[in-house]
Amino acid sequence: MEVSHPRVSKPKRHGSGEQWRAALFLSPSWLLLLLFFFVPTILTFYFAFTNMALTGATAAKTEFIGFENFKYMFQDANFRTSVWNTLIFLIFSAVIGQQVMGFIIAVMMNGRKQWFRSVIGSIVIAGWVAPEVVCAFVWFAFLNDTGTVNTVIESLGMKPIAWLYTFPMVSVIIANIWHGTAFSMMVFQAALGDVPKEVEESAMIDGASAWQRMIRITLPMIMGSVTTNMVLVTLQTLGSFTLIYALTGGGPGMATETLPIYMYHQAFVNYQLGYGTAISLMLLVIGIVASLLYMRMLKVKL
Amino acid sequence: MSSLNLGKRRRMNRFVVARTLPYIILSLIGMLFLLPLLWLLFASLDQNATLALKLPSAFTLDNYVSTVTNTDNQKSFGNGLILAVGQALLVVVVAGLASYPLSRYQLKYKRSFMYIILFATGLPITAVMVPVYQFFIYFRMQDSLFFTVLFLTASALPYSIWMMKNFMDSVPLELEEAAWVDGASIWTTLRLVIVPLMLPGIFTVGIFAFAGSWGNFLVPFILLQSPDKLPAAVTIYQYFGQNGLVQYGTLASFSIIYTIPAVALYIIGQRYMSQGFSFGGANKG
Repeated sequence: MEVSHPRVSKPKRHGSGEQWRAALFLSPSWLLLLLFFFVPTILTFYFAFTNMALTGATAAKTEFIGFENFKYMFQDANFRTSVWNTLIFLIFSAVIGQQVMGFIIAVMMNGRKQWFRSVIGSIVIAGWVAPEVVCAFVWFAFLNDTGTVNTVIESLGMKPIAWLYTFPMVSVIIANIWHGTAFSMMVFQAALGDVPKEVEESAMIDGASAWQRMIRITLPMIMGSVTTNMVLVTLQTLGSFTLIYALTGGGPGMATETLPIYMYHQAFVNYQLGYGTAISLMLLVIGIVASLLYMRMLKVKL
Repeated sequence: MSSLNLGKRRRMNRFVVARTLPYIILSLIGMLFLLPLLWLLFASLDQNATLALKLPSAFTLDNYVSTVTNTDNQKSFGNGLILAVGQALLVVVVAGLASYPLSRYQLKYKRSFMYIILFATGLPITAVMVPVYQFFIYFRMQDSLFFTVLFLTASALPYSIWMMKNFMDSVPLELEEAAWVDGASIWTTLRLVIVPLMLPGIFTVGIFAFAGSWGNFLVPFILLQSPDKLPAAVTIYQYFGQNGLVQYGTLASFSIIYTIPAVALYIIGQRYMSQGFSFGGANKG
């Protein structure tokens, strides 16, 4: 009988100095990660408690001010608005929009002809592969006063609408759904592909309707993919900056000012780096919680 | 008899509807997804492009010609390439080195290291941009393509190391051991045995890194200032975001040229990725 070799039982020859070699091989990544990733992350926890500014008196003399930034934050009506905007954006564009849209497309594609799947799939993926700035430009044109949507509306005899000014949040949400749906679609396609045909077929023979099969059999079987996808999409959308910034700049007024954009404006437009960092800390904390949830869900095997 | 027929026909109708409805709905969704992109394509081929979708009155490649011959545009594509190629190469080498001991050795700190890496994969990069900027200012690293590449590399390392380790796990240890018996050193086995077998994985990681940096707007937007150092992503934004007068046709052709590498790499990457997956599968079986 053959004995399988676990990783531990390898030639002793290379056992000596293994720890040293490992340290040597790992050192470039440690150095880069430490310097450019972990140090700035840790700095976030410090800078958030300072009055650091880009210009003015506090630029030269930065002081530790304790919880002042956070006290100010919770009295800041604009901060509350941006938290609210972030939630709306997150829920409607990611949790509902991209997931439901991706799910619907994946389910309907299941069992269709291959050429049809490829055509629709490629179109949806094109919007995902395209860089975010290009997506922003495309939607800037699409929703513009003289853009495609308004030309269609006018040809139907209705008045054109200044979408980006009248419905700014709806506009960025739709643009983000357009950009992000492909990811959820691919996750769900893979998950649906793993559902054994026999289970569904036997349910069908037992007289279960399509809807019952979906709710009682398919959905529970792919629940793992649904939750993992939910966390991933939430994390991606939480840090989403480019699409909104390039499309509306957070405006008009505060209408589409989400946390990342408010953070940018406070740090780089109002030059309040300390306050900007305090806002990034809030983002980071939300990200850490979501990231921990994600790790729990994956149940990684190391 | 006739009622039975009727029931049968109704069932048939329902069957036909159930068959064709997904095709109709998916076609409609596909159309909605296609329209914005179609505008970009048509506008890029139209000398008198407007913001509305219309067939070009006369197809012309003039927009592309003027985009490609413009020296400022060449510069911004060049900068984008420096960032993306630099990052991809560094990521492949650094993550490749790191994945070797993580895949092959029993290390005391391996578990915690992999957990830290996985954890970092989830953090939104947007959240650290302000402190990163302060960090760059403090050490006078701002407005430098070189340090921007280093930061981009670091930010791509977590998922790259994770992917690279998985790919290396699927390279059978036996081949390496055979080479050791023949007297090869670690470096030789790495170069002659592991790297050739891992090429699909290496390409996948490199492509991911390239695409991530090529499409990135926020990092160069914050860390770079000089106009002659800005990559294409930031240039596009400056064209349609701030300037009042816009040549939509030229900007559309610029956007398409900028999008092509991302699409091409996605297509190539998919091939390598499926190879990588089947490779892993073959090893398991």
